[in-house]
Amino acid sequence: MAEAAALSAARRRRSLGEALAALSLAGPAVALMVMFLIGPLVVVVLLSLTNYQLGAASLSYVGLGNYSEMFADRVFQRSLQNTLLYVAIVVPTSVGLGLGAALLIEAGTSLRAFYRAVYFLPVMATLIAMAIVWEFMLHPTLGLINLTLREFGIEGYNWLQDRRTALFTLCGIGIWQSVGFNMVLFMAGLTAIPGELYEAAAVDGARTGIDRFRTVTWPMLGPVTLFVVVITAIRSFQVFDTVQVMTKGGPNRATEVLLYTMYSEGFSFFRTGYAAAVTVVFLLFVLALSLLKTWAINRKVHYA
Amino acid sequence: MRSRPPGPVGAILRHAVLMTGALLMITPFAWMVLTSFKPQAEILVAELHFLPTRWAVVENYGMAMTRVPMMRFLINGVIVTAAIFVLQVLVNLPCAYALAKLRFRGRGVLFAVVLLCLLIPHHATAIPIYILFHKMGLLDSYSALVLPFAVSVFGIFLMRQFFMTVPNDLIDAARIDGLGEFGIVWRIMLPTAVPALIAFGIFSVVAHWNDYFWPLIVVGSEELYTPPLGVAFFRLNDQGTEYGPLMAAATIVILPLVAAFLFAQRRFIEGITFTGMKT
Repeated sequence: MAEAAALSAARRRRSLGEALAALSLAGPAVALMVMFLIGPLVVVVLLSLTNYQLGAASLSYVGLGNYSEMFADRVFQRSLQNTLLYVAIVVPTSVGLGLGAALLIEAGTSLRAFYRAVYFLPVMATLIAMAIVWEFMLHPTLGLINLTLREFGIEGYNWLQDRRTALFTLCGIGIWQSVGFNMVLFMAGLTAIPGELYEAAAVDGARTGIDRFRTVTWPMLGPVTLFVVVITAIRSFQVFDTVQVMTKGGPNRATEVLLYTMYSEGFSFFRTGYAAAVTVVFLLFVLALSLLKTWAINRKVHYA
Repeated sequence: MRSRPPGPVGAILRHAVLMTGALLMITPFAWMVLTSFKPQAEILVAELHFLPTRWAVVENYGMAMTRVPMMRFLINGVIVTAAIFVLQVLVNLPCAYALAKLRFRGRGVLFAVVLLCLLIPHHATAIPIYILFHKMGLLDSYSALVLPFAVSVFGIFLMRQFFMTVPNDLIDAARIDGLGEFGIVWRIMLPTAVPALIAFGIFSVVAHWNDYFWPLIVVGSEELYTPPLGVAFFRLNDQGTEYGPLMAAATIVILPLVAAFLFAQRRFIEGITFTGMKT
């Protein structure tokens, strides 16, 4: 009896000790999470309901004023449209090309590592530096692209200064940068497919590569594909670097995108409340996609 | 592996398509390096030629290093990425251990909060953190560049998953040997976590060496520029006409990571994809 009591007292002491240890071990992380993640998230939502301007002595509650102003504003409308168009172009193209590259690389054995490295290089390289390189390559008279086109007798555009081409040019750079990332995710998905499935498909009469792709590879890649699509969409929503350094949202707002609008309203014009409202819209898109991603990860069922 | 190897025609087609793609991928890098070797006169003629007739390596790279304090920018890049990673280990590893191995009230809630924080994109918190730093007088400092990234909920999540697989016996044995919880974290858990830490470290260093958005917002003085800000500043500085030195500057900024990548491809690809899925 006394022994049991002593034991349980010891256990209690130990669990108190464990709780104290946990508190001191997790404390710094928790404090920083509150300071840099949860707190700011709450504050940005609250700020979006005010007319706060950075440096101003006071602020007042304006309800949904920023939101109604925003949705009536042509710049914001363009910004939202451009962002959605950018995502709608970059996501399917870079996911499709990433899948194609992964399938082709895995289809043979030679030069695998070489291709993987080359396609992955743009993912690694500092985007802002590469944006400057692209800008030079897109130069209307001195750039590699127009000079090459001229060899074929084609008159190039002033890619970044022309309203018709600027956004698509940025999409091209976005695709160039993300194909390798998607490729690697698909390669991981491909190696996870058990070889027996292909043998079984062969017994069932799948002869050509297309048969094998249709009956085994594609159904097995279903969940991975959903995951890759969502991740690419999240990354595409965050397009900023290329816009900031190459076009500044121009010409004539043709490349104005959400984060750039947020940046220029918040940090150039210091209309903080309004910029916070733009941030909330951005946040809602990314949150919706992130929830979709979590759902995609948790869903372990395959389509087959 | 999963099917018969392609016949000769298939193999040729495979290489034809992949080589075309590879060429498109590598062209910007090749053009950057080739241009960084050319003198101004050869760049400003509007005709296609690939190799320089006169090599201007020394003058272009010399100008890239001296026109702006490029060395300073690179050192800043090293300071900032290293400080971020060290802080991330110090802050997140103990938290991950507590979540994985200690029993305490609120553990479930804390883990749920970590999972929720995973959903917050970094850009969404920029305005409030900027205001906070403004009030604290921390804008335009190394602290402003480093502190917001000290906590990485992804790092906590990743390390927790890793620590879950460490056997409890190992920890109990350490306790019997009289090691405290802090000792366990740094002397037992840290060494076992090295592979996961390398993957996370590569992800962290690549992300923060390349980051442009946050430094652009919080840093104003040239002495604090990180490499991406430095190269953008260089471009503004000479009105974007001195392409040779500009391409040399871009090459210098990209080189450390690309060299490390070519040296340890597998680790990099693992590190970035396995952890980069968060972004």
